[in-house]
Amino acid sequence: MNGALTRGEKIFLVINNIIMVFICVLMIYPVLFVVGRSVTPEIERALHPLRLIPAYFDWSGYEFILASGSNIVNSYMTTIMRTLIGTTLNIIVTTLLAYPLSKQYYPLRKPLTAMIVFTMWFSGGLIPSFLLNKNLGLLNNFWVYILPSLVNAFNLIVMRNFFAQIPDSLEESAKLDGANDLRVFFSIYLPLSTASIATITLFYAVYHWNSWFDSMLYMNNKKMWTMQYTLRQLIDSATVSDITTVDASMDFIPPAETVRMATIVIATVPILCVYPFLQKYFVKGMLVGSVKG
Amino acid sequence: MKSNKVINRPALGRSPGQRLLRLIVDYRYLHLMVLPGVLFFLVFKYVPMYGIIIAFKNYKGAAGGFQAIMNAPWIGLKQFQIFFKSLYCERVFTNTIYLSFLRIIFSFPAPILLALMINEIRKSWFKRTVQTITYMPYFLSWVVVAGLLNTMLSPDNGAINLLIKSTGADPVYFLTSTSWFRPILVISEIWKNIGYGSIVYLAAITSIDQEQYEAARVDGANKFQQIIHITLPALSEIIAIMLILKIGRMFDDNFDQIYNLYSPSVYEVSDVFETYVYRNGIQQSKFSYSAAVGLVKSVLALAMIVFSNLASKKLGAQGLF
Repeated sequence: MNGALTRGEKIFLVINNIIMVFICVLMIYPVLFVVGRSVTPEIERALHPLRLIPAYFDWSGYEFILASGSNIVNSYMTTIMRTLIGTTLNIIVTTLLAYPLSKQYYPLRKPLTAMIVFTMWFSGGLIPSFLLNKNLGLLNNFWVYILPSLVNAFNLIVMRNFFAQIPDSLEESAKLDGANDLRVFFSIYLPLSTASIATITLFYAVYHWNSWFDSMLYMNNKKMWTMQYTLRQLIDSATVSDITTVDASMDFIPPAETVRMATIVIATVPILCVYPFLQKYFVKGMLVGSVKG
Repeated sequence: MKSNKVINRPALGRSPGQRLLRLIVDYRYLHLMVLPGVLFFLVFKYVPMYGIIIAFKNYKGAAGGFQAIMNAPWIGLKQFQIFFKSLYCERVFTNTIYLSFLRIIFSFPAPILLALMINEIRKSWFKRTVQTITYMPYFLSWVVVAGLLNTMLSPDNGAINLLIKSTGADPVYFLTSTSWFRPILVISEIWKNIGYGSIVYLAAITSIDQEQYEAARVDGANKFQQIIHITLPALSEIIAIMLILKIGRMFDDNFDQIYNLYSPSVYEVSDVFETYVYRNGIQQSKFSYSAAVGLVKSVLALAMIVFSNLASKKLGAQGLF
């Protein structure tokens, strides 16, 4: 848009910018508020309840949840393990499945795609899945975090669409040189797909990091709860000590509010540090996956 | 497909048996690649579909694994009759449909508005910042968002209630009030998803021909007229598709959101299929009954999705996938 702005357009811009700033504040304020509260001493919280930055800092919440014998550390490790192992296996199985499904000439392309897309439309539901996992011996078993969510149909379609965009000529010339399908996949398609793999890695990793429901369903042992579920229990219960400690009894327990706030912060910070750098990837993935055509 | 000769080894044989053998041998690596994923879908998606048979049986969670499920006596549609006659049926239906309705009216247009406004920002650094900040809540779990909401809305020391109390009014019990709970669901959903939802619309806006705006300005059109006569018509197709997809997903209950925010005092206005199935099936072990309720939901959801896909095809767009 060239040319001088009219008076009306200038006013419009100013108002638009003000609204945008306001919306950003609405987005950030609750997060900053929680971060502030996690380091605010209880007395000051009572005196200046709306203050974002306390006059002096109280780290006891973090000291408490990160101390040895803390169940928060346990569930943090569980979540990290789950995210690492789960996402790795997600990516391996998803890309392996997506590649043949992106090939027009693969004879099983249509029936398999139909079979997979159908699972996005209809599912057995919670109860049959629960009974299945129980019968497979996944109760109180770490693999319940990994196996039942091995492939996400949406991410698979995103990956398949990415592969389908890579020109066939690359595959043809490799095959003329005698490469087989596995070679073509590993040495041509995967290296060309780092951006799209980054996209679905983010989607899968966020899924694992944020999941809590399978802990509630399948884990009786609180030592194997994921971070989010431990946090959920912490928000729900009035006393924090039976959730946050494993065996060692702490000589000092900070106020429940401080512990909750500190836990929210450590459960959230890793994702908030990562997502801005992957922005261009998930924007692209969202577009490729959501609307085809 | 001019080049199929090289990649597509023709699977020709003399008899059907040989031809099948060729199909297996020629594509052996591709078959191998799909194997783990296909096994996953068969075991974790299709076996539970078969497991729906417990909705027509009287299975009470007896020990003995699959055998106990198989041996449970058939009772036909009795579980369905119990559900349709119960008071909960009406409550669950009403809440599911009413909450979807609210989502379509309020949550659906919000990202479109945001995309229109972000598009009007002229400083590119400011534009990028607004985008990054508004995408942020999408990456928080509902557990964390529920934690934030509790902190903001708590009657004792929540930020909002402290403001209300400072004016001398009584604190509002947002999360336990039947009149506030649904608005809170809608507002928190908008807060969480507005930025991420705007991505699709922003992409569509950037593909609009800028000369149209220049021409409109020369003719003296103001910003609002430009948005109404150029931007929105250009977006109409994508908006229609997204709306149809949204309607197709109206039986998706937002379990994560509701479960993390609700409590018995607001069941009346927030209990939906999935929360009801969870409480009955998992917490009370009424497996057959809750599987039947879950099946009612799955069938309705399937019908809506098929219907919405047909509708979007009618509109000339390809259906979802």
